[in-house]
Amino acid sequence: MSLLSVRDLTVSFPTSDGVVRAVRGLSFDVEAGQTLGIVGETGSGKSVSALSLLGLNPGADISGSAVFEGTELLALRQDQLRRVRGAEIAMIFQDPLSSLHPYYRVGWQICEAIRTHRRTSRAEAMRQAVELLRMVSIPQPERRVSAFPHELSGGMRQRAMIAMALALRPKLLIADEPTTALDATVQAQLMELLGGMQRELGMAMIVITHDLGLVATVADSVLVMYAGRGAERADYRTIFRSPHHPYTRGLLASIPGAAGSGGRLVPIVGQPPSLIRIPSGCAFHPRCPFAMDVCVRDQPPFVPVSGGEGHLSACWLPPDAVGVDAAADVARQRYVEGRRGPAIARLRAAVAGARPGGAVAHG
Amino acid sequence: MIRFVIRRVVQGIVTLWVIVSLVFVLFFMTNPDPARLLAGKSATLSEVASIRAALGLNHPIWQQYLSYLGRLLSGNLGESYKLHEPVTTLLGQWVQVDISLAVGAGIIWLILGLSVGILAARRPRSVWDRSATVFVLTGLSTPTFILGLLLLYVFFYVLTTHGISIFPGAGNYTPFLTNPAEWARDLILPWLTLALITAATYARLSRSSLLEVLGEDYIRTARAKGLSERRIIYRHALRAAITPIVTQFGIDLATVLGGAIITETVFGLPGLGENVVSAIGREDLPVIQGIVLVAAAFIVVANIVVDAVYAVLDPRVRLS
Ligand SMILES: Nc1ncnc2c1ncn2[C@@H]1O[C@H](COP(=O)(O)OP(=O)(O)OP(=O)(O)O)[C@@H](O)[C@H]1O
Ligand code: SF4
Ligand SMILES: [Mg+2]
Repeated sequence: MSLLSVRDLTVSFPTSDGVVRAVRGLSFDVEAGQTLGIVGETGSGKSVSALSLLGLNPGADISGSAVFEGTELLALRQDQLRRVRGAEIAMIFQDPLSSLHPYYRVGWQICEAIRTHRRTSRAEAMRQAVELLRMVSIPQPERRVSAFPHELSGGMRQRAMIAMALALRPKLLIADEPTTALDATVQAQLMELLGGMQRELGMAMIVITHDLGLVATVADSVLVMYAGRGAERADYRTIFRSPHHPYTRGLLASIPGAAGSGGRLVPIVGQPPSLIRIPSGCAFHPRCPFAMDVCVRDQPPFVPVSGGEGHLSACWLPPDAVGVDAAADVARQRYVEGRRGPAIARLRAAVAGARPGGAVAHG
Repeated sequence: MIRFVIRRVVQGIVTLWVIVSLVFVLFFMTNPDPARLLAGKSATLSEVASIRAALGLNHPIWQQYLSYLGRLLSGNLGESYKLHEPVTTLLGQWVQVDISLAVGAGIIWLILGLSVGILAARRPRSVWDRSATVFVLTGLSTPTFILGLLLLYVFFYVLTTHGISIFPGAGNYTPFLTNPAEWARDLILPWLTLALITAATYARLSRSSLLEVLGEDYIRTARAKGLSERRIIYRHALRAAITPIVTQFGIDLATVLGGAIITETVFGLPGLGENVVSAIGREDLPVIQGIVLVAAAFIVVANIVVDAVYAVLDPRVRLS
């Protein structure tokens, strides 16, 4: 049984402009000791999904199921959730400067995490805090433990955040874009650190990012999200070598130097859709180079495809249309040619009509 | 920190010097003839002349100005034209009333304002929040003298006419050292008058400040750590939200210390505020000048203290 099993997670926010449908029937599993990478553009619902698991989304309408070690998280009351937060499932966030309290010393904040869940003396908690800082390779931890967040560099701050998150040896660590705010070399170091910690502590991890290239180093499997739904899911080798979903294909094309970037496919054009008025059928169809009439009409199910074991994709292309080489793209193109009719013609006309204004129309 | 304080104190001294000079210009140079004023309507010309000589008003302006500064520096604020007592002695008596007023009212408005603000911020758009809004609007739009008179009417007049005399009427003031219980009893209505109105500002300020902080990323981190809502509000959110409140508190306290004119007048309290009004009425220049200087000094000092406290509260503020 999986450590975490999410089924049909649906999250929406009622706003004055309309209902924002941030997550629409998302399902995934996280195995104990394994790392799942969740990848998608901005606004695809990655953070909202993660926050919803821990009830950290005030004002959200949440349905579906999220079973963690046999417990249904979505049914827990706030006081029950508190015992899970930090202790069983810990979370780190994108911007370590704004995510640490500016007025308290780093050590104090780590001690607070420890003492919230375990009966520990102040001195013992402080000793553990120093050890944790050492564990995440912060130099001079005895000194840094009494530093304020603003006195540390960006990378050090995120290491301190990681130390705090690991303080109670959680079974699952959710890292929401842990390196986006940092520069490239620091990103790689932190990913390495996260991977190392994950192996050392035997915990499971969800690493959220919009950079597919970044998860390669740590993720066992990858879930690609688009407009609040799972687009494709597979182990990371399959995702990189035999993607099925054109959106994944586009993400790969945007990684400099990656296998798919040499092809003729350009990185994905256009903007992510509005989550209040989501395009019909496959939400990706306004931007998809392979869109067919069926894509405009019907939402594709998230079903097994032939890239490998456990490879799932939500796309109307045939199950064997996988791969990143030119031949695969030609095969896809040939398949869709006979399946484009009036719906696609209308779509093209709408896009062409919108082009002089510079905007891309969808829906 | 020390360098910071020294720099601010020097700035404060310069500010006070500017105020002192303005006072000199306003009160001594624009005044037609203080000697005549002092001598009274029936004085003869020679009497006026001798008073003028005694006050040094015959000397050139710059000499008058320098000797004026010299007197101030030696702590001599002159003598009241009408009360015939040194101004410093008078100020010493009157300021006690304002200290009493400020301390009591300050505590009440801080506790009341913060409580209302926290209650409102914890449940935005709830009944509590809406009641808090009513409280704030009422407080902000009620003139001090109306509230003062209303409190006097209800707690003094109505109660006393029903045979219950808990609260004294206007014109009572017992120094703290004479009888602390009487002191508090005499001041409770003035305290409430000042505090209820000022608390509105604090309720609004603490609500908005807290709401802003509650949306910060580090509050989400605190939740993700599994902290209780209580701890999140009081240890994390309030800790950050309190800074603007402290600043406001320092300035408001200093303002009351420099004289709460309306409250003192309504309740007949012999503080700086009431006395500046009567000094203006009888054109008692040394007294007016003394009160203006004291009020200004309170504000200047409060600003320095507030900045220092700010630096203590927010570790990110670098003092240099
Ligand atoms: N409290 C909220 N109220 C209304 N809309 C919200 C709320 N929180 C999130 N959303 C919306 O939900 C959508 C998904 O947001 P989410 O933060 O999950 O995106 P993301 O995939 O994490 O993107 P990013 O890469 O920018 O972090 C966004 O369109 C966002 O505007
Ligand atoms: S279902 Fe159609 S539009 Fe959607 S990704 Fe597949 S081919 Fe493109
Ligand atoms: Mg996000």
